[in-house]
Amino acid sequence: MTEQAITLTSAAAARGPLAMEAISVSKDFRIGRGQTLHAVRDVSFNLHRGAVVALVGESGSGKSTAARLLAGQERLTSGTIKLDGKPVDVTSHRGFRRYKSQVQYVFQDPFASLNPVHTVRYHLERPVKLHQGRDTDVDAEVVTLMEQVRLTPARQFLAKYPHELSGGQRQRVSFARALAARPSVLLADEPVSMLDVSIRLEMLSLLDDLRRRFSLAMLYITHDIASARYFADEVLVMYAGEIVERGPAEEVTQQPAHPYTQLLVASAPDPDNLGSALRRGGNGTRRPGQPRPRTPERVAAAGCPFSPRCPLAEDRCRQEDPALLPITTTRAAACWRLDAAAPELVPGRPGGGSTTEI
Amino acid sequence: MTANPGQAPVPVAASPAAGQNPVLDIKDLSVVYRTPGGDVRAVDRVNLSLAPGEVVGLCGESGSGKSTLVYGACRLLRAPAVITSGSVIYAGRRVTKPADVLRMRPDELQRLRWREVAIVFQSAMNALNPVLNVRDQLLDVIRAHLRIPRDEARERAASLLDLVGIPRSRLRSYPHELSGGMRQRVMIAMALATDPEVVIMDEPTTALDVVVQRDILAQIVELKEELGFSIMFITHDLSLLLELADRIAVMYAGQLLEIGTSGEIHREPSHPYTKGLLNSFPSLRGPRRDLAGIPGSPPDLRSPPPGCPFLPRCAYGTSACEEVDMHLLPVATSKDPDHVTACPFVLPETPAPPPRGARQEPAGEPAGEPAT
Repeated sequence: MTEQAITLTSAAAARGPLAMEAISVSKDFRIGRGQTLHAVRDVSFNLHRGAVVALVGESGSGKSTAARLLAGQERLTSGTIKLDGKPVDVTSHRGFRRYKSQVQYVFQDPFASLNPVHTVRYHLERPVKLHQGRDTDVDAEVVTLMEQVRLTPARQFLAKYPHELSGGQRQRVSFARALAARPSVLLADEPVSMLDVSIRLEMLSLLDDLRRRFSLAMLYITHDIASARYFADEVLVMYAGEIVERGPAEEVTQQPAHPYTQLLVASAPDPDNLGSALRRGGNGTRRPGQPRPRTPERVAAAGCPFSPRCPLAEDRCRQEDPALLPITTTRAAACWRLDAAAPELVPGRPGGGSTTEI
Repeated sequence: MTANPGQAPVPVAASPAAGQNPVLDIKDLSVVYRTPGGDVRAVDRVNLSLAPGEVVGLCGESGSGKSTLVYGACRLLRAPAVITSGSVIYAGRRVTKPADVLRMRPDELQRLRWREVAIVFQSAMNALNPVLNVRDQLLDVIRAHLRIPRDEARERAASLLDLVGIPRSRLRSYPHELSGGMRQRVMIAMALATDPEVVIMDEPTTALDVVVQRDILAQIVELKEELGFSIMFITHDLSLLLELADRIAVMYAGQLLEIGTSGEIHREPSHPYTKGLLNSFPSLRGPRRDLAGIPGSPPDLRSPPPGCPFLPRCAYGTSACEEVDMHLLPVATSKDPDHVTACPFVLPETPAPPPRGARQEPAGEPAGEPAT
């Protein structure tokens, strides 16, 4: 599975040199009574300088865990993470700090990720002192950071406490804090989903500007596949800890191959769809008084994890987990029924890819 | 009132006609928060009505006053919030004559709440009681608002779960044992427990991911068709409302800026703020558009600027906007007289001025990227 995935060319590769690699990364959590939760299963991808890779999936799909693994905040169960070609070692305090000055994390919730008893200045001075040399002019550096995230007049904002800022302003502070370490990799975990729709765009364009200016390799985690279309170069779709589809953002969103990606795309609000099924009264398939069909379990115990919800699932899907196999040189999907799910992409694959066993 | 509200057959209008009497009519409502730093005018002379069977979307960003408006209309606000003017006329099918919610006695209010007007609160994570199981929470509502025997109440609690597609085996579950989507469904079941006429939904799907969100919205609409209530849907996501709502009211800095049917708002947005909102969300379908967003942030409501509150962020703004009277007037070019706007200057076909700080498309031309 992994070998197949790595031979793919990442859609992000055109942007710049390789910064970070995740190779067959897995993470299990023990959840008691001898049970194990496979939060991330055999996931491989590359981050390139100046490019954005989006990790898309629903709550609980393992996308945040994957980012936390890259951030060195969780130990890998198996697999390797490489930074600039060298395997990452975060076991020593010093090694971890060195790593942190290269790889920074932006949290989802700007209300919880800033300390309410400290000013903005404090939040920015600490990483500057920690990660930059002793002869740094801390004050000038902090002002520069504020200007980079467009929080001006900088000195006025530096004296404020988090509760005096709006959600967007707070998230700008967390961007500035991440930049203070002068990282090469930025892991952004749903950086705009807590913000109002009207300011999300501004924040994404700010992130885009920072990516360009500092040639950041960026991992953008989101459940909003539409924003990934605009913001990312490559999209990885995760389901139950596995990457089920990957490819260039525009292709994956416009012509999704995997049934789960198709479901994600179909579920996104479509403002142009004025004759929506929603306004006509739901799906209209149920008679009044009849109990609603129950939601199927989300993840299968065996076989393809999406099989309980998949309209195309057949026996094979419930028994064997499909591997992530290339469709084109830049796209891949893990599905036995690709011939039925995306006939225009995979015309002549008899039996939905059954010829390529691992 | 019948003892068995679930069975009451209710004729539902297929689509809300213009001449129909509204079930909830908010007139000239103003709410201020009295703070040591001065009054915050959170809701400023707002008029909004809800027809039977209608879905009205109330859209605005955080702090625009959309929740304050609706909670004010239900008298759910407490000090320092003060309702300074207005009336809220409720005229449901079960009440004999329309009454002003703002002038109701406590016992009248008690009969109105939940029985007539129910609310699905924001964030199901916090709105459910963590130490009561699902059945007890449902029973609590049913026994407080309907006088029915215990057995019947239990049966009703179970059938409410059927209604929202949760297996009955979950009756004994506690909130922490349910997923986010299930908790939200329980919240909806609770709101529907007493067969209300009006259901207010305050960002019911904001914390959920898209697949679950769509599921729940489809279910809400289905239940609406089946049970015949009206919905006031509060959200900051205009793209959602375009698909869901019959009419949309756009709120900004405590005032309504535009009201129109979804189609009108989508095709011919008149207010620059609405136009900005429509140009703020990335679309998944169709060609990639240039997105502009809305630069700037909302005004401080302690000292609102004169005239139009959106002026500091408005790309079309002129000095005339400082004196504009914020009344909603029909859009001059629209055929629909109910499409009203607070901006008399900008018509749907007014060409957009050159955007300030427009964003460049990042992934559009990878070749032109400076390889730093």
